[in-house]
Amino acid sequence: MSPMISIDNVSKWYGDFQVLTDCTTAVAKGEVVVVCGPSGSGKSTLIKCVNALEPFQKGSIIVDGISVGDPKTDLPKLRSRVGMVFQHFELFPHLSITDNLTIAQVKVLGRQPDEARDKGLKLLDRVGLAAHAAKYPGQLSGGQQQRVAIARALAMDPIAMLFDEPTSALDPEMINEVLDVMTQLAHEGMTMMCVTHEMGFARRVADRVIFMDRGMIIEDCAKDDFFGSPRSERAQQFLSKILQH
Amino acid sequence: MNYHWDWAVFFKSTGIGDEIYLDWFVAGLGWTVAVALVAWCIALALGAVLGVMRTLPNKALSGVATAYVELFRNVPLLVQLFVWYFLVPDLLPERAQVWFKQELNPTTSAYLSVVACLAFFTAARVCEQVRTGIQALPRGQTMAAMAMGFSLPQVYRHVLLPQAFRIIIPPLTSEFLNIFKNSSVASLIGLMELLAQTKQTAEFSANLFEAFTLATLIYFVLNMSLMKGMGWLEKRVAVPGLIGSGGK
Amino acid sequence: MEFDFSQIGPSLPGLAEGMWLTLQLLALAVLGGVAIGTLIALARLSNNRLLSGLAKGYVNIFRSVPLLLVITWFYFAVPFLLRWITGSDTPVGAFASCLIAFMLFEAAYYSEIVRAGIQSISRGQIGAAYALGMTYAQAMRLVVLPQAFRKMTPLLLQQSIILFQDTSLVYAVGLMDFLNTARSRGDIAGQPHEFLLFAGFVYFVISFGASRLVKRLQQRLTV
Repeated sequence: MSPMISIDNVSKWYGDFQVLTDCTTAVAKGEVVVVCGPSGSGKSTLIKCVNALEPFQKGSIIVDGISVGDPKTDLPKLRSRVGMVFQHFELFPHLSITDNLTIAQVKVLGRQPDEARDKGLKLLDRVGLAAHAAKYPGQLSGGQQQRVAIARALAMDPIAMLFDEPTSALDPEMINEVLDVMTQLAHEGMTMMCVTHEMGFARRVADRVIFMDRGMIIEDCAKDDFFGSPRSERAQQFLSKILQH
Repeated sequence: MNYHWDWAVFFKSTGIGDEIYLDWFVAGLGWTVAVALVAWCIALALGAVLGVMRTLPNKALSGVATAYVELFRNVPLLVQLFVWYFLVPDLLPERAQVWFKQELNPTTSAYLSVVACLAFFTAARVCEQVRTGIQALPRGQTMAAMAMGFSLPQVYRHVLLPQAFRIIIPPLTSEFLNIFKNSSVASLIGLMELLAQTKQTAEFSANLFEAFTLATLIYFVLNMSLMKGMGWLEKRVAVPGLIGSGGK
Repeated sequence: MEFDFSQIGPSLPGLAEGMWLTLQLLALAVLGGVAIGTLIALARLSNNRLLSGLAKGYVNIFRSVPLLLVITWFYFAVPFLLRWITGSDTPVGAFASCLIAFMLFEAAYYSEIVRAGIQSISRGQIGAAYALGMTYAQAMRLVVLPQAFRKMTPLLLQQSIILFQDTSLVYAVGLMDFLNTARSRGDIAGQPHEFLLFAGFVYFVISFGASRLVKRLQQRLTV
C-alpha cells in the first residue's frame, strides 16, 4: 500500500540559503511520526511543505496520491483534507469558538450551517470544551485555544494531521491537556506528523522518529531504535540535552 | 471701521426672500455632509481594494496600488480639485462634455467634481491604513486559513479584513473627520457648503466674527459627534477577550 | 484634446517667483508653528490644570476646523484685530494674515508631535537633571527637548511636507503663491490645463522627493 504522505528528495532555498536538503521520508496510513531537532533545523519548514504552505524547489511530495508541487493541483482542496495545528493556535480572534469550528466547513466544504455546527460542537465536546462554545478565543487559556484548534482541524474530516510545535507556546501546566488530546487521536488511528520537542509524547505515542539538523534528515527510524541507540552523534547530543530538562 | 457686535444676526433676514442667515448655515452644513458622506463611501471601498492590492504577492497589482498612493498623496488637494473640475471634463467625449458643462446645473457639476476629488484623494489614505492593518496581523493567520483550504479571496474576506478593519478604526476615524474638513475646498469652485455660506454671511451682514465663530462651533460639534459615533462603533464591533478592545 | 506645453518655458521666471513665495510662507510657518507648538505642548504637559486645559482646548478647536476656514477668517479678521490693538489702521497684506493663520493652525498639529516626543523621554532623565540641581526650565531646555526633537524630527518634517501642499490653499485669498501664479499664467497663455498639470507635477516631485529623504532619515535615526 502506498504511504499517505511521501516526501521524496525535497530541497528548498530562501534565496541562496538552503533550508532543506534532499529530505526523503514517508508516513503510512495510521502512522504517528514525530519530527524533532534543534531550532532552525528545518522541521517546521518541512511540515509546512506537506500542505504547500511553503513552496519547495526540488523533489516531490505526494499526499494521498496527489502531488503537492504540481502547479495543476487544487491546493485549497488538498489543504482542506489535511488538518494542521500551529504553534500559536491561530484561532480567528474575531470569531466565536463555534464560528471558528464551522467557518471552513461551510465556506470551503460547502456543508450546511446546521450540520457544520453539530459537527463542530461534537468535536468541541470531545476536547472537553463544550461549555465554551459561545466565547471568543481571547477569553480562553492557551491550552484551551490549542484544543479548539485541534477540534477545528478535525471538523474538516482530515485524512492526516500535521502538528507544528503545538505545545511550545504553552505554559508548562497546559501542555498535558493538549498532549492528551493528541494521544487519544493517535490511538484512534489518525495519521499524524508532529513537530515537537515533547520526547515523552514521542516515547509513548510515536511509531517512528525523524531527527533533523541543518535542513537534513539525519535519522529516520522506529521509536525504540531512536531512543535506545541513536546512530548519529548529533542526535545523541540533542537527546542528552533535551532529556536533562 | 467700527465693529458692531450682534449675536442675533443669525436670526435676521438676509434680504433675500424671507430667509434668515441661519438658513444659510443649515443649507451649507447640508452640502458639507452630502459631499463628505458620499465621497467617504467611495473612498472606503476604493481604499479597501487598493489596500488589499498592496499586500498581494502579485508585483504588478501591488505596484499599481503603490503608484496610486504616491500620486494622490503628493499632489495638493487643491490641484487635484482643479484637475477634476477644470481639466477632466475637457477629456470627456464630446457628448458628455456638453452634458457636464451646459446641461448640468453648476451646483451639480461642482458637487460631482468635489466628490470625485475627495473620494480619490482619501482613498489613497484609506489604502495605507488598510495595508497597515493587514500587515499588523500575524502571518500565522493567513497560514492557518490557507491550511483549512480557504482560497486567497476567502482568506481576505473571512479572516484578514474583518480583523484589519477593527484595528484601524481609530486612524480611519481621523480620515473620516478629515474628509468633512477637506470638503471646505468645494467653496473655491462655487459649491455653497458651510464655509462658502459663512463667507457669504460675513460679507452680507458685516458681522464676520459672529459668522466665523458659528462656523467654527459647527465644525467643532460635528467633529465631536462624529468622534463619539466612531467610538461607539469601535466598542460595538470589539471582540471579547482581545487586548485594546472593549470586552472580557 | 491636445496638450501644448510650449508656454511653460517662457513663464518659468514668473513661476519661480510664485514658488519663492510658497517657500517663504512654508519656512516661516514651520518655524513659527513649531515654536508655538512647543509652547503649547509644554503648557499641555504642565501641572497647572488651567494651563493644560487651555492648551487642550486650543488643540481640539484648531484640529476640528478646516485650514481653509482659518485662512479665510484671518484674512477678514486680522485687519480688525490689528486696529483694536494698535488703535490705527495698519495695512496688512494677505501674506501676513495667511502666515499667522498657518502658524496658529499648524501649531496645534506640531504640539501633538512635540508632546508625544517629550512623553517618550523617560522620566529618569528629568530625575537625573533635577539631581544635578537643574531647574524645570533647564531640565526641559538642556536635557528633555534636545532628545525629544531628535526623535521627532521625521514626524515634524512629514507634517511640514503636508503643510507645503496645504500652502496652496492661499489661493482662497488671492495670494500669488506657486499654484495661483501657475493658474494665472496659464490663463494668460491660454494653456490653463498644461500649467495646472505642470504645477501638480512640481508639487509631486518636491513632496515625493522630500518624503523619500525623510524616510531615509527615519531609518538612520532608528538604527
